[in-house]
Amino acid sequence: MFRQVAHRLLTRSTTTTYPIFPATTTLRSFSTEVSTDASSGDSAFIDAWKKVAPNIDPPKTPSQYMEPRPPTPSTLPSKLTVNFVLPYAAELSKAEVDMVIVPATTGQMGILPGHVPTIAELKPGLLSVHEGNDVKKYFISSGFAFVHSNSYADILAVEAVPLDRIDPAQVQKGLSEFTQKLNSASSDLDKAEAQIGVDVHSALNSALTG
Amino acid sequence: MAMAALRREGRRFAPLVSSPNPINAIRSTLAPAEEQMGLGVRSISTQVVRNRMKSVRNIQKITKAMKMVAASKLRAIQVRAENSRGLWQPFTALLGDTPSVNVKKNVIVTISSDKGLCGGINSTSVKISRALHKINSGPDTECKYVILGEKGKAQLIRDSKKDIELIMTELQKNFLNYTQVSVLADDILKNVEFDALRIVFNKFQSVVSFLPTTATVLSPEIVERESEAGGKIGDLDSYEIEGGETKSEVLQNLAEFQFSCVMFNAVLENACSEQGARMSAMDSSSRNAGDMLDRLTLTYNRTRQASITTELIEIISGASALEG
Repeated sequence: MFRQVAHRLLTRSTTTTYPIFPATTTLRSFSTEVSTDASSGDSAFIDAWKKVAPNIDPPKTPSQYMEPRPPTPSTLPSKLTVNFVLPYAAELSKAEVDMVIVPATTGQMGILPGHVPTIAELKPGLLSVHEGNDVKKYFISSGFAFVHSNSYADILAVEAVPLDRIDPAQVQKGLSEFTQKLNSASSDLDKAEAQIGVDVHSALNSALTG
Repeated sequence: MAMAALRREGRRFAPLVSSPNPINAIRSTLAPAEEQMGLGVRSISTQVVRNRMKSVRNIQKITKAMKMVAASKLRAIQVRAENSRGLWQPFTALLGDTPSVNVKKNVIVTISSDKGLCGGINSTSVKISRALHKINSGPDTECKYVILGEKGKAQLIRDSKKDIELIMTELQKNFLNYTQVSVLADDILKNVEFDALRIVFNKFQSVVSFLPTTATVLSPEIVERESEAGGKIGDLDSYEIEGGETKSEVLQNLAEFQFSCVMFNAVLENACSEQGARMSAMDSSSRNAGDMLDRLTLTYNRTRQASITTELIEIISGASALEG
């Protein structure tokens, strides 16, 4: 019955002209994903499932929606493959670059192909992506960066703005405002919030100037 | 014989009046309409059928409108769900996918919709949650629920009331964004003790296909335990940890961030699936209403023609009686 509905729905959208739902939308391929045939799933989980609920299909798991990552190559690869993702967009998806510099909590960290596998926590700061002579700079709020042994780098941030979209006047204003709040803060929570504001704005400042 | 017919009629009318479902009532009106003919009450039968047709036509219009609304909402949210798909992939690439992990404290986060009329997706999520609960509750393990959405709450509260830790509803009242979901995730992390969080949602594959999925997020202690044991997260030790005072602090932040990212994607995907399922449910509903309308029209025409024929017969037989 479902297939019948599906068939009818699809034929309907191709024959009738819905002004707001063209047929092409249903057949769009997703850039960051692969369809569910990548792997058959965790066999231990499926066995346990079949024992408990033999009549229901086991649910899929995230690894079945992902292309498996390539294994560590024996020779040093020439380029770093970067995935730079935000909740709202995938800024860079499998982009081949020469180097990225990320603002880790321990300071600016440069990642080149063949970097040792790392999990780095990021603080608000400047992220720059170097591709040949091209340098793209973003200001990111905090996040994480993973570097894998196969020269894949995953950078996750909550917000990222290209540097040219930041207004220096607003940054100065924010900085002075939060410094004032920090001085007049009473409770620990207020102090922590004001401190975060000061940190972010001074990072913005140095990113703009430096 | 007339009394028997009346009695038969009376019994048929009772379910007609009391049943809220017009579909079953229609089948029972078809016969009495013709029986009423025998008793000479003709105009009421066409009236009854005409009322049915009017209500069915209204239902068809409403469901068509709901389908259009769902289609436009789907288009808006589909873009956002697709964009958020890159967010959970790095975590799965780093920590692997471990749905069969064996831990003491399991928490199942069931994501469901607030509004109904969206096909079977909420029932599917609840079925999967219940099966996961059965797999993971043993003599020394416990399994709790955290429910997002009214429909899941309504179904799970019936038989698993004592296992429910937290219920959150009305997620989509304000526009879904990452800040809201991270506050939600924070709430869950603060109030619920867990070793493994299993998030159950419907992943949006296409307008007619929604795949029930479960994503597993482990607490930092379990990540350490699994990485020491080897297996999928085995090579976590080979990763250098930058930042933070200790490795466990960074792993703690990592687990929290992973949870909020996976939740964000899951909530968006479920919302997409909800709109898609609503579209197809409303579409089949409008089509059913159209079919019913066709059948009712035929009945209407038949009863109308029959009453005309009867009148003609009466007139003609009356006239011929006068002549002859």
